[in-house]
Amino acid sequence: MFPKGTKRKFSDSREEPVAGGEDVNQSSLAAVRMLSSYSLQRQSLLDMSLIKLQLCHMLVEPNLCRSVLIANTVRQIQEEMTQDGTWQIMTQALSAANAAAQCSADRLVATEVLCRQTEAAQGEQVPKPFPVVGSEGCPAEEVLEEEEEAAAAEVGMTMSTVSPQAPTSYLPGTFGMDPCWEEEETGEDDDDDDEEEEEDSEECGSGSEGEERERDSLVEDTRTAEQVFGTFEIKNPAPSPDPALEELFSDVDASYYDLDTVLTGMQSVPKMGPYDLLESLSSHGPSPLSSSTSCRSDLNELDHIMEIIVGS
Amino acid sequence: FLLAFPSITLIRTVRFLPLFHVLISVKGPWIPVSLFLVYKIKTQMDEEIDTRKINNSFLRDHNYATEADIISTVEFNSTGELLATGDKGGRVVVFQREQESKNQPHRRGEYNVYSTFQSHEPEFDYLKSLEIEEKINKIRWLPQQNAAYFLLSTNDKTVKLWKVSERDKRPEGYNLKDEEGRIRDPTTITALRVPVLQPMDLMVEATPRRVFSNAHTYHINSISVNSDYETYMSTDDLRINLWNLEITNRSFNIVDIKPANMEMLTEVITAAEFQPSQCNTFVYSSSKGSIRLCDMRASALCDNHSKLFEEPEDPSNRSFFSEIISSISDVKFSHSGRYLMTRDYLTVKVWDLNMESKPLETYQVHDYLRSKLCSLYENDCIFDKFECVWNGSDSVIMTGSYNNFFRMFDRNTKRDVTLEASRENSKPRAILKPRKVCVGGKRRKDEISVDSLDFSKKILHSAWHPSENIIAVAATNNLYIFQDKVN
Repeated sequence: MFPKGTKRKFSDSREEPVAGGEDVNQSSLAAVRMLSSYSLQRQSLLDMSLIKLQLCHMLVEPNLCRSVLIANTVRQIQEEMTQDGTWQIMTQALSAANAAAQCSADRLVATEVLCRQTEAAQGEQVPKPFPVVGSEGCPAEEVLEEEEEAAAAEVGMTMSTVSPQAPTSYLPGTFGMDPCWEEEETGEDDDDDDEEEEEDSEECGSGSEGEERERDSLVEDTRTAEQVFGTFEIKNPAPSPDPALEELFSDVDASYYDLDTVLTGMQSVPKMGPYDLLESLSSHGPSPLSSSTSCRSDLNELDHIMEIIVGS
Repeated sequence: FLLAFPSITLIRTVRFLPLFHVLISVKGPWIPVSLFLVYKIKTQMDEEIDTRKINNSFLRDHNYATEADIISTVEFNSTGELLATGDKGGRVVVFQREQESKNQPHRRGEYNVYSTFQSHEPEFDYLKSLEIEEKINKIRWLPQQNAAYFLLSTNDKTVKLWKVSERDKRPEGYNLKDEEGRIRDPTTITALRVPVLQPMDLMVEATPRRVFSNAHTYHINSISVNSDYETYMSTDDLRINLWNLEITNRSFNIVDIKPANMEMLTEVITAAEFQPSQCNTFVYSSSKGSIRLCDMRASALCDNHSKLFEEPEDPSNRSFFSEIISSISDVKFSHSGRYLMTRDYLTVKVWDLNMESKPLETYQVHDYLRSKLCSLYENDCIFDKFECVWNGSDSVIMTGSYNNFFRMFDRNTKRDVTLEASRENSKPRAILKPRKVCVGGKRRKDEISVDSLDFSKKILHSAWHPSENIIAVAATNNLYIFQDKVN
């Protein structure tokens, strides 16, 4: 009989299942299943971490300690995946996918265009809403207004129709990290200032948004919107790296672009790439648990936010 | 093993506007839990909700109004006569202990509201387009030197020195103005008189005496008053600054761990404290689980530690969450100054200052959460910062947990107890009984299973009276005070 795959706790190490007296084939199959289950868990942890980094508190400065700890976790996972060789496989597959079809870029452009259209349809100057809702329901609730929420829902749904394989509207957390802990210095060296200003203007919506600042929610939306959409332009398809964005994982030099391609690739084609690879390793079913559950949870959270804003 | 737990009986119930408290007394051997006072600090009147800005949010409903009541810090003063609490709305409430009366010796002094004031207001940093929360992160009392009381309170960016003083006399008989303060017509003044001090109803007023601002780029997490009573330090995520209590426009940076390249940032400072008797020594803890002891005599910038307290990682417990749960959320010197206590996510550790390689004692606070770390990471609970406290004699340590549980560890007998701070337990003549979390298998009656724990009810802040067995426990927006009864 096939040994039952037990639900593995994440803190468990990769243990080989006890295969006493069973077929070699079955035990190796189980071992592979265990391994891929671990990889899936690790992958979902990576996704979760990146999402957490993405969701900076828009009103208040994010907690630096928390951001640092999450970033360290991400690095740790990435290092392990690099050692595994999983990382290289993933990035290769995704770059192949990206190179092969320009559809990903088109898709991303399309969503941006669509967002502008919905914005025009709104008839007011509502900055592109951010569809991101996280475990911190509080900042999201504070930020979104009723109209913006409707727009967000619309956008969320639009995005999901445009890229049906990418119902998650989350974005690579790499870019989200920067505003989290890049601070403006008081009289520090100029390089830092330039970098921070750059990414501030790009991601934090300062500078030109000055007059909008009175409307706090708009500020946050602009900021997040730029985070959400601005970075697409940069990252696809020819990466001319923004120095501000290069900040994250710069110590993991070569892998930086890989990480990025991985993430943006995952956005558009999540079913391909890492999960396909893992599937080939194991005889798991076609839809990996983590991506579908995360998609579902994203939509649920979006609905939840809508309820809070509109309903109660 | 059976622990002889004390019983708690109610002495009396008192209603106190706008708070109410219930008094319960317990008689106990070694667990000091007895008189039980509940202060529900709620928003007093509706107008307060409107005037108080809560994150400049567009959404205002009742939930947000009460969020400002969440207690964010609790601190006894050096004699234990006063207890200060700070909340998320920037307010400080000071309680004073009633003087014990000779004719009712069985009832020890209870704490009543002494003063309430708005310490910090929300601010907006226009440069960064970010709001500065008014939440009070820490309160520290200064040692009392005259009739007035002084405390330091801080939010993320600014430290303020507040003077809380009583006024029971007022001058009367001014020449140029009448009793209501109206200016008198000079032509009606025919004689001069000397104003005299007349008694009046006792009034407690709080005035800000110093504002220490613009010294921190990152969020302040700790303040600590030095034993020289002249200086104090404020700590943010990457820097520690030393201030003179009299001088507000200058501070000295004594620790700076900010890397030249912010991408290289992997560690932040989480807490810091001065040694209680040596004014040149202080410690600071990091998010990687290490504690550094520094000597200010060694150099002006104490980036190089004198001692490094770090426990090597247990390889069998290694997981992706190892670093996060090793992050130290609080560090406290013992009253004697010989020991150091640190709190990380799952344990409390007591360190001997003379031994850097490993802690003297390790206590498991809620080890049953070790298998739930992934879920706790998902809902962000893994980043909760619990505080820990010593009792006056350094023999018992206390820290909080989830589900409004808090834990006490007796260092001498190695016994521990889990207690709950809840309204249900504070009925008159109710017995505050120890709680137990069952980790699986058969759940006994009165036990609570790990999955039923309420992770939104967490006890992060608590305080222990400096000399007596009185503890103050903050559970979200309620303050519970427990006391043991001495026959």
